[in-house]
Parts: sequence; C-alpha cells; structure tokens
Amino acid sequence: MAPPALPQDGPWLDDAAGRLVRPYTVINGRTRPSAPLDLLSMVVPTGAVSVAHMGPEHTQALGLCGAGPTSVAEIAAQLRLPAVVTKVLLSDLVDCGALTAKAPTFRHHPTDDQSLLEAVLDGLRRRL
Amino acid sequence: MVYDDGSDPLTAPRTSGTEGRDGFPDALKVLVAGGFGVGKTTFVSTVSEIEPLSTEELLTTVSEATDSLEGIEGKSTTTVAMDFGRLTLDERHVLYLFGTPGQERFWFMWDELSDGALGAVVLADTRRLEDCFSAVDFFERRGIAFVVAVNEFDGSYRYEPEEVRAAVDLKPEVPVVLCDARVPGSGIQTLVTLVQYLLTQTPAPAPAPSHGAHS
Ligand SMILES: Nc1nc2c(ncn2[C@@H]2O[C@H](COP(=O)(O)OP(=O)(O)OP(=O)(O)O)[C@@H](O)[C@H]2O)c(=O)[nH]1
Ligand SMILES: [Mg+2]
Repeated sequence: MAPPALPQDGPWLDDAAGRLVRPYTVINGRTRPSAPLDLLSMVVPTGAVSVAHMGPEHTQALGLCGAGPTSVAEIAAQLRLPAVVTKVLLSDLVDCGALTAKAPTFRHHPTDDQSLLEAVLDGLRRRL
Repeated sequence: MVYDDGSDPLTAPRTSGTEGRDGFPDALKVLVAGGFGVGKTTFVSTVSEIEPLSTEELLTTVSEATDSLEGIEGKSTTTVAMDFGRLTLDERHVLYLFGTPGQERFWFMWDELSDGALGAVVLADTRRLEDCFSAVDFFERRGIAFVVAVNEFDGSYRYEPEEVRAAVDLKPEVPVVLCDARVPGSGIQTLVTLVQYLLTQTPAPAPAPSHGAHS
C-alpha cells in the first residue's frame, strides 16, 4: 500500500485541523520573528547551509527564495501563509545562515530624495 | 551578524540606499486604496509585471465590549489579505504596489503597510465618492502624499476633476486624474503623476542653524 498522499493544493493544508494549524506548530506558536523582517525585506539564499534537518516547511520556504533577492511578501504569497508565519520561518533561515536579509529603506520624507524619484519616474516612463 | 537593518554604520548605505552595491535592489512601495469595488485589484494587476499575488496578515482586534466582571477583553483574530504586484523600474529599483482591501477598518491597523510608502493612489468612483473619504483622511493624517484617480465606470456621471476636488475637499496641490484601471497605460500614467507630484513637493527644511537667526 502506498503511504497516504501528501496534500497537494497547499503547503500545510489539513482538512481536519485547518490550514493554519501546521505552520503554527512548525513555528511553535511564535508570532514574532527572531529578527525584524518587513514585508519588503529582500532575502537571498547564501547556498552555504543545508536546512534539511529543519523540516519540510523551512526547506520549501528556502526553495521559494530563488536565485536573486526576493521579497518576503512574494514568499508569503507563494507559501499561502500569513506574513507573520512566513517571517518566523524566514528568520529561522537567516539565523542558521541559509539566507541573507536586507530591510527596505524607509522613506518618511521621499521628497528629500530627488534622484530616487527621478529614477522611479524614468523607470515608469519606460513602461508607457 | 547576517541581518542588515541599515543600522550598522559600517554597512549602512551612505546616502539613501539607492546604490544597490550589495546586490539587493531598493524595494519601494505605493499603496492603492479606495472604497469597496472601486478597482484596486484591477489597478494592481494591470500594472504588475507578475501575476498579482496576495499576502495576508493576522490582525488581533480587541473588541469594544469588555467583560467588566472578569476584566477580560474580547480578542479576535482577523485575516486581512492585500493584493500586490511588482514593477521592476531598473536594476536597482523595484516598485511594489499594494492594493488595500475594501474592508478598510482592518488595513488601517496594518501599520507596516503604510510605513515608508513612497505615496498612494486613492481610487474614487464618482457614483460613490464618499467611499474614498476615509482613505484620503488616513493618508492626510499620516503625511503620505497621494493622488486621487477617478475611475470612470460605464454609465456613471462624468465629473470634472475640479468637481471631485471640491466634493472631497482636497488641498489645491493634490493631483486629481481620470483613470481606467483596466488599461495598463492609464495606471502607469497615474503613477507617473504621483511621482511628479512628489518631485514638486518642497523637501523637508534643513535643520535650522543654531546661531545667527534674525528676529
Ligand atoms: N468601467 C470600469 N470598470 C472597472 C474599472 N476598474 C475596475 N472595473 C471593474 O470593477 C469591478 C471591481 O473591480 P476590482 O478591481 O475587483 O475592485 P476592488 O477595489 O479590488 O474591489 P474590493 O477589493 O472588493 O474592494 C471589476 O469587475 C472590474 O472589471 C474601470 O476603470 N472602469
Ligand atoms: Mg480587491
């Protein structure tokens, strides 16, 4: 007999217990990542560490990080998990050296940065 | 130390972080807000270079009703989902668009979303102009620059932008544009207007000199 099939349409879909139970077990009910990650923090794999021992959730999260920098928001969307859960998983991966993370630069006064705004404007106009 | 939160003087970018010398692009953020069904999801998806995605946050709300005998406040958790899209501007700059959910009482609690945003687009439907008031209030209070984009739905009364400005009581400098969220060029043009508006805003004044001020 084949073992029961793993759920296919979501990383932690569990019909009986509900979708969120498994990830919260994985992160041990932690709702605060060990280090600050923003939705727009960028993460990039270092390729230096094997995370197999951390379990399938961490492995899958790392796999979604791709080759280049990827935003936390995109990874959360692909995992189909709340941002807060994704951040805990990713911060574990940063802590063990599998990922490097960079926080976005906050801009409370974007008008101070004319060259940034010019670059954004040029980029947008190229798409018109 | 693997995290770079920009606080380390040795590794923090010297200017405003646009150099991207570390190989990380600069992630920028624009919010797309407005009332229920006004075209926020449409706007984000037509402008985005990726299939629009959705990210959700769990927000804990403390209910108004408290049990005075027990002294326990009712808490409940709400899931709030935001649409988002991405627009690569050049090798160093990536723009993320977040379309806020129609149920605004929830996204207003999501501070992380508006923190550090470059600006916002408030979509307005002329049939229900009042639906955009709370988004306008929110951005005004937070000091986030925004443009109002009048989404022209079929069969709706055509207001002139100036009529919209008067009805919503906008400051004279806030741009009001017409937009069709279903047309990518129209969405991009709205973003161009937003950035042009940001460029016209006077930079924050330099710190006042401590000596020699004339009375
Ligand atoms: N005529 C016209 N229809 C539009 C325009 N923008 C959106 N629509 C239509 O309006 C409907 C609602 O658009 P959505 O993008 O889902 O609106 P929304 O603001 O995301 O809605 P909620 O998330 O439910 O608040 C869709 O059927 C769109 O095709 C527009 O500029 N003109
Ligand atoms: Mg929507």
